[in-house]
Amino acid sequence: MSAEKSSAALHVRMSYLDAIVQAQVEEMERDERVIMMGEDIAIYGSGDLVERFGPKRIWAMPISEGGFTGMGIGAAITGLRPIIDLSIASFLYLASDQIINQAAKLRYMTGGQIMVPIVFRVCMYYGEALAAQHSDRPYPLFMNVPGLKIISPTSASDAKGLLKSAVRDDDPVIFFEDTKLWTVRDDVSSDRDHLVPIGKAHIKRVGSDVTVIAIAGAMRPTLEAANALAQENISVEVVDPRTLKPLDMETIIGSVAKTGRLVVVENAHRVAGASAEIVANVCQESFESLKKPCVRLTAPDVHVPFSPTLEKTLYPQRDDIIAAVKKLL
Amino acid sequence: MTFTHAQQREAYVRMLRIRKFEEEGSRLYTAGQIPGAYHASIGQEATIVGACMALRDDDAMTGTHRSHGHPIGKGADLRGLMAELMGKNTGICKGRGGSMHLADNGVGIISESAIVGGGIPLATGVGLSAKVRGTDQVCLCFFGDGAVNQGTFHECLNMASLWKLPVIYLCENNGYAITTSLASSHAQRNIAKRAECYAMPGITVDGQDVTAVYEVTRNAVLCARHGEGPTLIEARTYRFDEHQVGLSVPGPSYRPAEEVEEYKAHRDPITLFSHALSSAGFSNEELRAIEGEASAAVREAVRFGEESPLPDPASLYDYLYSNPVSKPGT
Repeated sequence: MSAEKSSAALHVRMSYLDAIVQAQVEEMERDERVIMMGEDIAIYGSGDLVERFGPKRIWAMPISEGGFTGMGIGAAITGLRPIIDLSIASFLYLASDQIINQAAKLRYMTGGQIMVPIVFRVCMYYGEALAAQHSDRPYPLFMNVPGLKIISPTSASDAKGLLKSAVRDDDPVIFFEDTKLWTVRDDVSSDRDHLVPIGKAHIKRVGSDVTVIAIAGAMRPTLEAANALAQENISVEVVDPRTLKPLDMETIIGSVAKTGRLVVVENAHRVAGASAEIVANVCQESFESLKKPCVRLTAPDVHVPFSPTLEKTLYPQRDDIIAAVKKLL
Repeated sequence: MTFTHAQQREAYVRMLRIRKFEEEGSRLYTAGQIPGAYHASIGQEATIVGACMALRDDDAMTGTHRSHGHPIGKGADLRGLMAELMGKNTGICKGRGGSMHLADNGVGIISESAIVGGGIPLATGVGLSAKVRGTDQVCLCFFGDGAVNQGTFHECLNMASLWKLPVIYLCENNGYAITTSLASSHAQRNIAKRAECYAMPGITVDGQDVTAVYEVTRNAVLCARHGEGPTLIEARTYRFDEHQVGLSVPGPSYRPAEEVEEYKAHRDPITLFSHALSSAGFSNEELRAIEGEASAAVREAVRFGEESPLPDPASLYDYLYSNPVSKPGT
């Protein structure tokens, strides 16, 4: 649908979490092939999903992530469009054989005979004293797998539009939600066909001195840092990749060509994070535009400890971002 | 419910096609014309064909790395299969799957997975899908004796039984997972008995008797189709050759030579069925003609494969995505 139509449609102010719930409900209303599978799923999303859609479309699963993820894939191959809710991102590993060896590969390995229109939803919980086995941010691992698409919106509007695109996409998509963004509110289009395209980054704040790319939950402290720096006449361009696979390098390189300075901020662990992939690409394809080396702000290569005193030191904060930007100028 | 006369003929056709295909394919593999690894189904034809013939054309199926017999058992054209083994452009998977993944979706196969047990959740999902879509399709799920130790086997039988999903879980129990015997790896060696834990029927059948396999599978299919839920069938069979062609096993064989010889001499499913067919009124001429047709079909498949082109390297990224977002390779 065109921009014209969406500006004429109503916008409603809502939270990121509400936008996700609304996207799911709307897609389920739009297409009877869309089903949801997950643990405790009847409780999710305003609690009346089963009443609204019935037990043939809302499947509450036993604790069998490998099994039901594969079931979702089998269902996707045979005419349905499942949304598999794997809840906490750390549980994604239990499903990873099916996601990687089956969902990502089957279309290719069958020479295009089948397709796998499936969405895997996980939420990244961290900074909540849940300790290491509940606090993963595993999107970098899955970026390495051909055949997947990976989305990580940071605004309510993008969350709704991207989740809709994911459901309508014929390929396997992993949606990494972030609890740090649940309460973020913005004006969300009520147009049921307002989609945000997969594979397109968004410039959240136009600037000229430094490009700061912020992934998922890192967007909040990044926008705060940009606002603070603006008070000191430092103009930060904030880029939201929105999609991690495929990365929109065109938008990223365009921004770096303008500013010559790059900071990438994410809450995933340092080694082989999404920031490593972005920086490597920028260096390889746009080295001449860089005035200074690229900087990555990430969680360190250590497990998430339980004690809040220890944990709060892990994730890049507003002041870390401010300091990193200033160092480049 | 048992085979009609016409179905008996068809069963023999398919069993012979598997046998001839695998014999010729093994030769081509050893000669270097088929790359990779080759896991033959020689000796397991009755289990495969008896089960496949209990299905309708619109029923689905999943299989294993020992994949060749499955599409043949369900009536697939041999040419696309042989071309796929040779890595040709005209292969059923466009040269992207190969021997362990001969998935012919045209005969209802959604996957032949080389991850042991990998097809079990997929098949269970097809069952769920049929239920949601309100059709009476069923899904046949082939796996070996090794797969019943995978965690997802247990997860999926539980869910299939819980929701009465229309899935037939068919274990091709040939007694060995590569070199690992049942006795050394299964606390509960009676595989069919595992079904009790999931409140579903578990049936054991002589996997060398194609008629017996057909009958039990047919019952299971009807059960599933009528909403009565899944069945676990353990077909006791035997693979005549090595786990994969050319596999070298250090030290003494993990299978006693007498055991292998006994099966080859007295428990060949094709020989057994030909005796049954003779008793049922098929003449020797008819049976030999069927054998000749099978050989001819295999020869034609080999010719087709040999004459087909290899894939163009420029097509490397084809079929990676259904809706590609960016240029391939970027």
